[in-house]
Amino acid sequence: MRRWLPHPLLSVSLVVLWLLLVNELSTGHLVLGALLGWLIPFAASRFWPEQIRIRHPGVLLRFLGVFAVDIVRGSFHVAWLILKGPARLRPVFVEVPLDVESDLAISLLANTISLTPGTVSALLSGDRRTLIVHTIDTDDPAALVAEIKQRYEAPLKQVFEGGDA
Amino acid sequence: MLATVIPIAYALVTLAFAMSFWRLIKGPDAPDRILALDTLYVNTIALLVLLGIHLGSAIYFEAALLIAMMGFVGTVALCKYLLRGDIIE
Amino acid sequence: MTDTLLAVLVLTGAIFTFIGSLGLARLRDFNTRLHGPTKATTLGVGCLLIASALFFSLRDDGVSLHEVLVTLFLFITAPVSAHLLAKAALHLKVRSLAPTPRAGDAQTTDRG
Repeated sequence: MRRWLPHPLLSVSLVVLWLLLVNELSTGHLVLGALLGWLIPFAASRFWPEQIRIRHPGVLLRFLGVFAVDIVRGSFHVAWLILKGPARLRPVFVEVPLDVESDLAISLLANTISLTPGTVSALLSGDRRTLIVHTIDTDDPAALVAEIKQRYEAPLKQVFEGGDA
Repeated sequence: MLATVIPIAYALVTLAFAMSFWRLIKGPDAPDRILALDTLYVNTIALLVLLGIHLGSAIYFEAALLIAMMGFVGTVALCKYLLRGDIIE
Repeated sequence: MTDTLLAVLVLTGAIFTFIGSLGLARLRDFNTRLHGPTKATTLGVGCLLIASALFFSLRDDGVSLHEVLVTLFLFITAPVSAHLLAKAALHLKVRSLAPTPRAGDAQTTDRG
């Protein structure tokens, strides 16, 4: 099983991706998609040795909901700041100490930060313990760090690295 | 309703093009120019999608997808070059 | 009804695309400029693509969902390019309104 189907989740997403790409749902394309979904992870399994385990699907779903709302909120926030003019912005670099350790969780956290209100992740320190984040406008950097940790990092840690719900 | 909105949307996207292009020329630093280029890619996707809706033709979709991919690869390659002075090691 | 919804989506998309580029032209240092295109423009193009998916699904028989692919792709790649650009700017010590962090000097991990 492990050897012949190295990444079941990846295979499923590849089938969906193929069906979206050809933009039609037919038996032929389903078979072709399934073949590609098996062949590509199989051929590429050496580049991606570790297995992804999702531990709390409920937490992941709630996180995705929060994330979707925050993308919209973040865009409106930034749009408003741009329209208001550059003079009143207080941009700051903040350092977020990281609790997550795996590559996947760190990169997901960095991407989440970049898409949500007023923040862009700028740099991961050499020891992978701190993420430097640029915020466009804040008056309380400490509160921002706490919000990032509690709102985004905690659920990601639960889902991809285990821990209590 | 849609017919009245589309010209306005064209105008807004064109203005977005003009401003990104201004930043591309003005700079002042290399990252600014790369960011302007990246924004131009995304603006192009917006324009192609608008064109697709306006002309009622799905033919522009592939172009939009390709520009999205090539734009991303281009941006990453340019950033890598700035970071390390080299793209392929 | 759907016509109104389409019009609203197209207009919102165009406005956000515009505001993203406005931020690019108007803000004063590279790091704040970065925020406009990453968030506003991405959402703007997302709105336009959803409008396009809706438009073609209603016009032809069957659903047209391949626009979702471009939307997903943009939402995955936008933060990656933003991160790399911010990292390059820190590396080159581009002028910034915010005081740059000390770790900016002692960088270069290979992980993008």
